[in-house]
Amino acid sequence: MCMLKVDDLNVYYGKIHALKGVSFDVNEGEIVSLIGANGAGKSTTLKTISGLLRSKTGGVTFMGEDISKIDAYKLVEKGLAHVPEGRRIFLQMSVMENLEMGAYIKGKADKADIESVFEKFPRLKERKNQVAGTLSGGEQQMLAMGRALMSHPKLLMLDEPSMGLAPILVEQIFEIIKELNDAGTTILLVEQNAEMALEVSDRAYVIESGRVSLSGTGEELRNSDTIKKAYLGG
Amino acid sequence: MDFLSNLISGLSLGSIYALIALGYTMVYGIAKMLNFAHGDIIMVGAFTIIVSISTCGLPVWVALILSVVMCTVLGVVTERVAYKPLRKSEPLTVLITAIGVSYLLQNLALLIFGSSQKSFPSIFDISSVHIGDLSMSGESVVTLAVTIIIMIALSLFINKTRAGKAMRAVSEDKEAAELMGISVNKTISLTFAIGSALAAVAGVFYGATYGFIGPYTGSMPGIKAFVAAVFGGIGSIPGAMIGGLLLGVLESLSKAYISTELSDAIVFASLIVVLLVKPTGLLGKVIKEKV
Repeated sequence: MCMLKVDDLNVYYGKIHALKGVSFDVNEGEIVSLIGANGAGKSTTLKTISGLLRSKTGGVTFMGEDISKIDAYKLVEKGLAHVPEGRRIFLQMSVMENLEMGAYIKGKADKADIESVFEKFPRLKERKNQVAGTLSGGEQQMLAMGRALMSHPKLLMLDEPSMGLAPILVEQIFEIIKELNDAGTTILLVEQNAEMALEVSDRAYVIESGRVSLSGTGEELRNSDTIKKAYLGG
Repeated sequence: MDFLSNLISGLSLGSIYALIALGYTMVYGIAKMLNFAHGDIIMVGAFTIIVSISTCGLPVWVALILSVVMCTVLGVVTERVAYKPLRKSEPLTVLITAIGVSYLLQNLALLIFGSSQKSFPSIFDISSVHIGDLSMSGESVVTLAVTIIIMIALSLFINKTRAGKAMRAVSEDKEAAELMGISVNKTISLTFAIGSALAAVAGVFYGATYGFIGPYTGSMPGIKAFVAAVFGGIGSIPGAMIGGLLLGVLESLSKAYISTELSDAIVFASLIVVLLVKPTGLLGKVIKEKV
């Protein structure tokens, strides 16, 4: 079943035409990646889906409903969670409070949900009363993902979850992405680390200067010569 | 004992500054704007009391509620009408708009009440409190007590409740807060509501302390409260509380021991000194982001 359908999205930053007719879709249960160079429009695409940016033309359909005009804060309730680029956790709040904010739409954070986040990210449990600004980069990424999971999203959008992390942490984060997917969460992933992204993805789209230039299954793209040359280092 | 009673009248004056400074600092923290019309809300609150008690003959408690409601509504409406359309504009545009709102409120008051000072009804029918040689005016005691209660309640609200935590989240990162399902617009409205309600309370105490209210009454305490907020570290709630109290004490002690005429100059000079030594104010901190 098609969960998210992005149709001919055109987004402008002032006069700059950032997305030039981006279309793709994500089916329930999939991991779909958007890969591409810096500034290609990947983050812009996610921000437009989650309502932080508005498209000039084009539509976004989530679970059969047109969400392109809906305010960002109302989309969380519909089952959409967006872990933005740079994690954007609340640095001055404690780890626990960050998780509570993740469960904001539920009213009170469910103890079982917090426990299940701590199970996935044991480091967060050790630091639950610590102010989030004191966490390491990897821990902050874990907190950002844990916080997003608190709302029980149907679709989890992750923007560069591996950015700036040590290789061992990158592996760990991708392990968790696979686990989340196995547990039933659909995932839309934006990554510069194309190799890792394509490995876990069912399907992927290559975004180049605001357009989808190529698409296919993770396997197909990994074996494509163009991709090998441009993104996988030969 | 003179020193102690000066200290207490300073703390009581400081409480008023603190109540106003809280509004400044909360609005700055959330909307990243300096609401220079905030001082004039005090004037509106005080005039509401005068009209309801002296003109309409309403009981004191009704007047108090009316004053708080009036200011809360006024604060929320100004935000909606004047500041919300400018959410994405330059800070300077918003600042000038705030000054415009301030003049608007002052001149509306001038139009309605005229330029003469109106006497404020005595609403706290409390005699002075004597402890040994020390004597404190009833107003001082009530002001100080109510302010302390409000500060504790506000701290609990900000740190313990869902809405309070959402306010902190919005003040730190609007986009991230929005992605949590928090409505930034509603949170900003709530902040203006709370800040303006506190200003109403401050207006009541200010009127009770000084006895007279005019259209420009709000501007001086407004500016001093702004100094108090910057003094404590703008954006910091405990900072506004401490800044307000310190400023009141400083003013009262300089009046008593140095010079009445120079007391305001001393207050403002102290801000300059604090900012030279600690540019973010007493409790303002700079948080570095990790990559």
